[in-house]
Amino acid sequence: MSSEISEETIQTVKDMAGKYDAGFVTDIESDKAPKGLSEEIIKFISAKKKEPEWMLEWRMKAYKKWLDMPEPTWQKPDFEPINYQDYYYYAAPKSMADKPKSLDEVDPKLLETYEKLGIPLREQEILAGVANPVAVDVVFDSVSVATTFKKTLEDAGVIFCSISEAIQNHPELVKKYIGSVVPQGDNKHACLNSAVFTDGSFVYVPKGVRCPMELSTYFRINELNTGQFERTLIIADEGSYVSYLEGCTAPMRDENQLHAAVVELVAHKDAEIKYSTVQNWYPGDAETGKGGIYNFVTKRGLCEGDHSKISWTQVETGSSITWKYPSCILKGDHSQGEFYSVAITNGRQQADTGTKMIHIGKNTRSRIVAKGISAGKSDQTYRGLVKIMPGADNARNFTQCDSLLIGDQCGAHTVPYIETRNKGAQLEHEATTSKISEDQMFYCMQRGIGEEEALALIVNGFAKEVMQNLPMEFAVEAQKLVGISLEGSVG
Amino acid sequence: MIKIENLKASIETDDGDKEILKGVDLEIKGGEVHAIMGPNGAGKSTLSYVLAGREDYEVTDGSVMLDGEDITEMDPEERAAAGLFLAFQYPIEIPGVNMSTFLKTSLNAIRKQRGEEELDSLALLKLMKAKTKELGISEDMMKRAVNVGFSGGEKKRNEVLQMAMLEPKFCVLDETDSGLDIDALKVVADGVNAMRDEKRSFLVITHYQRLLDYIKPDVVHIFANGKIVKTGGPELAKELEAKGYNDLIGEAA
Repeated sequence: MSSEISEETIQTVKDMAGKYDAGFVTDIESDKAPKGLSEEIIKFISAKKKEPEWMLEWRMKAYKKWLDMPEPTWQKPDFEPINYQDYYYYAAPKSMADKPKSLDEVDPKLLETYEKLGIPLREQEILAGVANPVAVDVVFDSVSVATTFKKTLEDAGVIFCSISEAIQNHPELVKKYIGSVVPQGDNKHACLNSAVFTDGSFVYVPKGVRCPMELSTYFRINELNTGQFERTLIIADEGSYVSYLEGCTAPMRDENQLHAAVVELVAHKDAEIKYSTVQNWYPGDAETGKGGIYNFVTKRGLCEGDHSKISWTQVETGSSITWKYPSCILKGDHSQGEFYSVAITNGRQQADTGTKMIHIGKNTRSRIVAKGISAGKSDQTYRGLVKIMPGADNARNFTQCDSLLIGDQCGAHTVPYIETRNKGAQLEHEATTSKISEDQMFYCMQRGIGEEEALALIVNGFAKEVMQNLPMEFAVEAQKLVGISLEGSVG
Repeated sequence: MIKIENLKASIETDDGDKEILKGVDLEIKGGEVHAIMGPNGAGKSTLSYVLAGREDYEVTDGSVMLDGEDITEMDPEERAAAGLFLAFQYPIEIPGVNMSTFLKTSLNAIRKQRGEEELDSLALLKLMKAKTKELGISEDMMKRAVNVGFSGGEKKRNEVLQMAMLEPKFCVLDETDSGLDIDALKVVADGVNAMRDEKRSFLVITHYQRLLDYIKPDVVHIFANGKIVKTGGPELAKELEAKGYNDLIGEAA
């Protein structure tokens, strides 16, 4: 009987490769820079984007730093050294060479791609489809293809555009804030991004404005061997509020693609930024781990002003390797940082993810809720730092890390670091590790619910505290993604 | 309606396979309530698990027919769709999943398997309202996570509620009376009695006669050492209460 089960399991796991819904390639002619990384390539990218001199200089400075920087080695995931000369650092769909003025000029094939992904770009369709409209900026390989709802946002005074446009149209803001939260030399991946970033989103919410709709960016890597290096910068001025969501997909490939993004958030006095991520990059072949995305991301928010708040919510289901630690620097007095995370790994995926909460101001508070689900032969680590600086009187942190294991070939690890230099700090840490319960599975199945649906139901329940922090429109999508990511992990 | 023939089942242990059901024969017609009574360790709960198709047990011989359909080899969820419902002795907690989501998922999973159209949220809400009202269950329970923080009585009432929602053909109640005070027992029994009709069959598994004062059985079986050893009318339960298991089983053997 046991040999029967294992054969069946192998078959199900094999079938999983076909379960990655976003794994299609769009056949579009693309305009690429030659392979490899050099000063010339960076000049090429900067010239393609018609960037001002200061931007090119900033990139060059980063490139020089990058050459001498060592790779980070403290993470648990294990992988071959990256050959940086083997990637393309710039790829744009050819029809974008002359950037379209409106969606009607966008290559229909591109629009089709996004429709396949379930992202309607046309404003009318969005209006017809959902109650709460969402403004979307879409990045395809290296360039932003469209931003919807520009007019509505402009009327509210909100700037939402691609970072390339922001460099052209709002250079004073970009100059002031880029690299202010994640310095170029922060780590090798962030430094690479600073040198070669190709596009990303830019948001500025002026004083006292509550952004009238959710802002969203979808990233998709299409070209073979392309690195995607997006750079996102969100600034919430005094007393403003913005909620932002990013989603990511990539086609199935045989070779690992590199994704090294940088996201910087700045919240001024009384401002609040809510940043949500649903990450579904291609996880690689379930048996060998080949072809998945290397997701090396640096995300950090600065609570600059008093009473400011930054909240990260992430649902990480994709990528062959995830290396990311969305963090908060709580500089303003009474500022708050939150990190809610669900990470699901299956097949051969490896994830090393968590957060850093740096308490600098007085009465600062942070809350960490991390839920990790490991299945198949995957391995994941929660890695987090809570640091209380001497001036952070009455700082408080609550951390909860729960791991759920499915099967007996996966791993879950929790590595919490706590550094406190102020005696008045109050820190709480709770952690649990459990296996999926056969009793729960049987109870659901007795009620008519099939094995995979039962698993998705139980896991969604386990992750509920995090899921309920997602904007309504995306919570449903994320719940479905949980089920899809775990397909083939029982039986 | 439900026909069990020579059902044998074993479980894997460290000392090899252990046979627990040793040839169970039982036929329950539509509309009948049968009670199975027996001492602890007789295999009563195993019988309920095996009928529901739990994977831990291996059926080595015999068959189970439900309404003319052989369910012996079916997966648990297929048996549920075929109309079998098990009210658990110890209902399981599912943190983070609220009752309304659970009921919706369950009901629609069954409808889907049967090729019926799924119910939308509104139709489901109506049904839930009606059933909770019928059973005197507070609607607040629908917002709570499945069995999490429920009292013993609430857990059992919740089982009856699920049974009422799913309208099974064959209900197995596994020691539904365990852990209940007399008031809670009455509420649960009323719920079960309200579902009795000429088509539905019940198998009530219990250790004590007490439950059968409230759910009146048509037939009573005494279960010992993995099989039915004696069958009679409701008076058998009274006899058992008076004499105790040792006397009766000794007599049967």
